[in-house]
Amino acid sequence: MEQVITAHKLSKKFGDFIATNEITFSVNKGEIFGFLGANGAGKTTAMRMLCGLSIPSSGEATIAGFDIYKQTEEIKKSIGYMSQRFSLYEDLTVRENIRFFGGIYGLSIPQIKLKTEELLGSLGLEKEANKLVSGLPLGWRQKLSFSVAILHNPKLVFLDEPTGGVDPLTRRQFWNMIYEAAAKGLTVFVTTHYMDEAEYCDRISMMVDGKIEAMGTPAALKQQFDAPNMDHVFYQLARGAKRKE
Amino acid sequence: MKVIRFLLEKEFRQIFRNKSILAMILVLPTMQLIILPLAANYEVRNINLAVVDHDHSDWSAQLILKVTASGYFKLSAYEDNFAQSLTLIEQDKADLILEIPAGFEKNLVKEGNQKVMLSINAINGVKAGLGGAYLGTILRSFNEEIILRVANPQQLGVGGRAELTWSNWFNPTLNYNYFMVPGILAILVTMVGSFLTALNIVKEKEVGTIEQINVTPIKKHHFILGKLLPFMVLGNVVFTVGLLVSYFIYGIVPLGSLWVMYGFIQLYLPAVLGFGLLVSTFCETQQQAMFIMYFFMMVFILMGGLFTPIESMPDWARMVARFNPVSYLIQVMRMVVLKGSSWADIQYQAGIILLFGIVLNAMAILNYRKTN
Repeated sequence: MEQVITAHKLSKKFGDFIATNEITFSVNKGEIFGFLGANGAGKTTAMRMLCGLSIPSSGEATIAGFDIYKQTEEIKKSIGYMSQRFSLYEDLTVRENIRFFGGIYGLSIPQIKLKTEELLGSLGLEKEANKLVSGLPLGWRQKLSFSVAILHNPKLVFLDEPTGGVDPLTRRQFWNMIYEAAAKGLTVFVTTHYMDEAEYCDRISMMVDGKIEAMGTPAALKQQFDAPNMDHVFYQLARGAKRKE
Repeated sequence: MKVIRFLLEKEFRQIFRNKSILAMILVLPTMQLIILPLAANYEVRNINLAVVDHDHSDWSAQLILKVTASGYFKLSAYEDNFAQSLTLIEQDKADLILEIPAGFEKNLVKEGNQKVMLSINAINGVKAGLGGAYLGTILRSFNEEIILRVANPQQLGVGGRAELTWSNWFNPTLNYNYFMVPGILAILVTMVGSFLTALNIVKEKEVGTIEQINVTPIKKHHFILGKLLPFMVLGNVVFTVGLLVSYFIYGIVPLGSLWVMYGFIQLYLPAVLGFGLLVSTFCETQQQAMFIMYFFMMVFILMGGLFTPIESMPDWARMVARFNPVSYLIQVMRMVVLKGSSWADIQYQAGIILLFGIVLNAMAILNYRKTN
């Protein structure tokens, strides 16, 4: 099985504070990997290291076979990233955003045109194509952000709380999009606070105070913690956390 | 390089959609150029003059008339008593007291000699200095008139004497507008250019879109160039608007060639935009960027030779001015507009500014981190 992410004792310190403490895990190709944990557990820091936005303090990791210290630019070509904060330009239209991000990932103009029509069709955004993104409802924006993040056919996409503040129906649609993409071989690394979403993942890791405390399929974790659902697994682990917000 | 095209497209779309930027580059220079030269005028008028006349003679009346007719002085009081007019100075109602002693006319005619006393309120140094100098000049010319009228010039000891005449080169009428407007335009181009660039990148940091850019394989120098070029264009627009305003409102036609001016601006803009970029790489919020830019702008403006000549500053200040890009643009603007200097005359300034541009932009590229 091809491993898209491998991390070995990866740590990040900010002064005395150890945000991410020696995490070790790997993610296989085509897998949907859920990265769970309470606020402040160190998820975003870990994700930023894996994206090449932040240099680790110690440990090793490879993304799509590239070294996280030396080959950050190669990594950036093979990944997509959708951040917690809204990541499209609000003062550009839907079409212009697609064109811009396609362009800086090196797509040619005919490719961009083709992709744009394809994407507008599948998202049902034909009517909004020439409207500013600031006027779109949040759920639509998030679906668009995801589509833009995987526009350049990356091997791996990082989603940092992609469905925060989104209504249940749109969340459901969003997860359908994730499934479709994963079925085509895309690896998905996703953080979330919704435990129902955790159930959709192939495998989950649970972070508590900068460490990975549990990892496995949702079914295996429920069994391990003798819990009826993921909510209870989360409570049991998060209750032990010493870091408070 | 294909990436640059997409960056430019995006940047221009955002600029043209942002009404406040358009207002900033069109309305701001126009307003500033109309208002500032009026305020930044070295000429002092309406100096309040109190006259204490102990003589009440024909000649003393003539002297007062001559002073008030000059247009620089406003007769605010006419008293017999020095103490009274001193209270006027204390109340800020008078800037100068001219005291004409008793026997003024008699002594002038008989002795050919009489002193008058000038008391100056030096709270406002500029007004006091210039007021005193103006009044001195008027008295001198009053003297000449007396010499003509007094029957026996020899009695006054007026044999041969050297007289000073002068002509003002490059600005014969000493029109302050010719001097100030090119300088103010230099400041405007600097302000608009550097502020817009600094705020632009910091805004992307605040909104979070810079994260999205940083996870793309975009090259750092492409990103910086994509920010630099649009603001070069805007800088040229501001400069052109400024030149049009100075032509239509002040009738200023540069003696030198426009090519030289635009050529220099193409070297100058990368330098100030690079400065804005550098500031933006240090700042996380637009507030921080504003304060830092404001600090440097104050230094640049006050030590740029716009209001006070750099040559008369102390040594340390002259050293600072050497590292002030604005001072070179002000120099060049004045040289080209007033003297008609050619490219050969401004080579030195052009070389220095080119160096500024290279160093500042290199620092901005080095300090811009996609990964931290």
